[in-house]
Amino acid sequence: MESGLNRLWTNVKALPRNVRDSVMRHGAPTSDRARSQAVFGNFFLHIHSVRVHPRSLKLTTTWALGVSLVSQFVILTVTGVLLMVYYNPSVELAYDSIKDFQYVVPTGRFIRNIHRWIAHMMVATMILHMARVFYTASYKAPREFNWVLGMFLFVLGLAFSFTGYLLPWDQLAFWAITIGANIAASPNELAAALDLPKAFYIGDIQKEILLGAGSVGQGALTRFYLLHVMVLPIIFVAGLAVHIWRIRKDGGLAHPGGNRTAAGKGVGTSDARPLTPAEQPKKTYGLMAVVAGTSPHTGKDLDETVSAWPSLLRAELAVFMATMLIAVALGLIADAPLREIANPMVPENPAKAPWYFLGLQEMVSYSAFVGGILIPAVVVIGLGLIPYLDREPEPSGVWFSGPRGRRIMGWTVVFATITAVLSVAIPVKFGWLRNWYPDISQLVIIVFNPGSLLTAAYALWSLVVIMRTRSTRLGAIALFTCFLVGFLILTYVGTYLRGPNWDFYWSQADWPVH
Amino acid sequence: MPGRLEPEPIGRRDFLGLAGWWSAGIAIVGSLLGMARLPKPRVLDEVSARFRLGAPSDFPPGTDTEIAGRNVRIVSNQEGIRAMSLICTHLGCIVGREADGGFSCPCHGSKFDPEGEPTAGPAPRALTWLAVSQSADGTLIVDKDTEVSAEEVYHV
Repeated sequence: MESGLNRLWTNVKALPRNVRDSVMRHGAPTSDRARSQAVFGNFFLHIHSVRVHPRSLKLTTTWALGVSLVSQFVILTVTGVLLMVYYNPSVELAYDSIKDFQYVVPTGRFIRNIHRWIAHMMVATMILHMARVFYTASYKAPREFNWVLGMFLFVLGLAFSFTGYLLPWDQLAFWAITIGANIAASPNELAAALDLPKAFYIGDIQKEILLGAGSVGQGALTRFYLLHVMVLPIIFVAGLAVHIWRIRKDGGLAHPGGNRTAAGKGVGTSDARPLTPAEQPKKTYGLMAVVAGTSPHTGKDLDETVSAWPSLLRAELAVFMATMLIAVALGLIADAPLREIANPMVPENPAKAPWYFLGLQEMVSYSAFVGGILIPAVVVIGLGLIPYLDREPEPSGVWFSGPRGRRIMGWTVVFATITAVLSVAIPVKFGWLRNWYPDISQLVIIVFNPGSLLTAAYALWSLVVIMRTRSTRLGAIALFTCFLVGFLILTYVGTYLRGPNWDFYWSQADWPVH
Repeated sequence: MPGRLEPEPIGRRDFLGLAGWWSAGIAIVGSLLGMARLPKPRVLDEVSARFRLGAPSDFPPGTDTEIAGRNVRIVSNQEGIRAMSLICTHLGCIVGREADGGFSCPCHGSKFDPEGEPTAGPAPRALTWLAVSQSADGTLIVDKDTEVSAEEVYHV
């Protein structure tokens, strides 16, 4: 006999299991098929493909840079939210709240360290990720758009970094905003050099929108805070989602021999052959999603893929844990930098940006408009267009496209190093146009500066490579390598060889003593 | 055959459909434009660019003073008084005085001679000279928004 209470008691006993079953639509998967379905049917896992090629899981294919970037973004989001608990975006209190993180808030110093160091790591990893994708030709059709999306995320990542280091409202922050806003206003420099009427001074409008005022103050801090914690994350998450989704839709990670994609757009897809009698399907049911082509193969997978669950999930967890380990280690080893409180009367001397902008600062020290807006725009657009200008069909996933590419790259490193060093050495040693011809037109000084000449030399070199090798891919390798080498050298110069008043010094020991 | 003056008649449903798409498009673009207007402030709240310098007797001829907290330098000679802004014309850092009387910028290495003319570096133009005037009680006033030529001297 079953009373109502008995039935209730039975239900109470079954409660944990029933709750679990109502949340997880499938039980713990025990077979490959069930695991595949779990990945396919789970909202959070379905961004993965059900099966992956073992090559995709090898560390040397990707160096785990993409997954590491996602892990870093997760860490930045979590630590960022924690920092928002106490951070106060007002010019009076912002600096104090950072000091509170250092000395008062429990674990505050540690969390801020992690946020800052992982932000630095993210910039470096983005560059490495871009280099990996580039040198393995993984931007080729059908992945052109994902390369463009990647460039977009790179620019957003830099914007994250810039808006982020403004928030402590220390000397670095104040003068970075001042310089940043004036770079936004620098098209005026060109308008003035061309003697255009005031209506063409669009720089003023851009500056006003950034600062919300005529000068750097509360309006600027509010706006940059809003960008950092709201606007950029929303755009970034949307872009990141599409970026990851496109990996799968474009046929998974690139690998030589082509990819079997649903769309059949993989490059160099190995040709289908008729099945031998032994391979003919004996069953007519099975998981159809894992096979390409027109016939349902069962028990046979030409790509020898493995289940995403557990192989891929295990690899991702390993990368995430490794990233966490690095984050914790960095957070314990070193404190995030904090300069003196913002002083609108005296910039630091030298006033240096974080390392990833020092190459840009070097460029800006030739011309605000050309170095701060024109050259970065040309570089970003030029890199973004590479997949559309180089459409040679070739297997993706081969480093440097083989020995020829390696040779071109070697020569390019030599060329790019010499020209970049010259672009710094000549102005340091001999001065530049204004020193030689004091009355020269400002327009000439703006246009012909070491930075623009270096950029032109790099573009020219790539054209020469294309002409000599008749290969746009090799030209692309030359161009990308040039920019990478130029970036590294200018960053090195800005970091180690520039001293007070942005003068050249071989070592910090030579800096003048005050 | 319908000519240019007699265009192909458009179906009623096609017309309504197109009208729907266009009105939705115009509404969305219009609201985006409206929203884009919001971040550009109508009023810039900031302290006045004009400030009181002090009595002319504080700046006897032959002196060259930097006004603390104002980023302005006052040059006084027999002819009168001039005020020069110490904000770098490149990207807005504050230039510092060098031993030779010139100025250099700590951010990107612009160099200026004692008259503010650029001698090296990225600065596109000379440091600006500012308008000097006198209030009714005789106090000198500098207006940081009004630029004057380097030759303009305020006679006290």
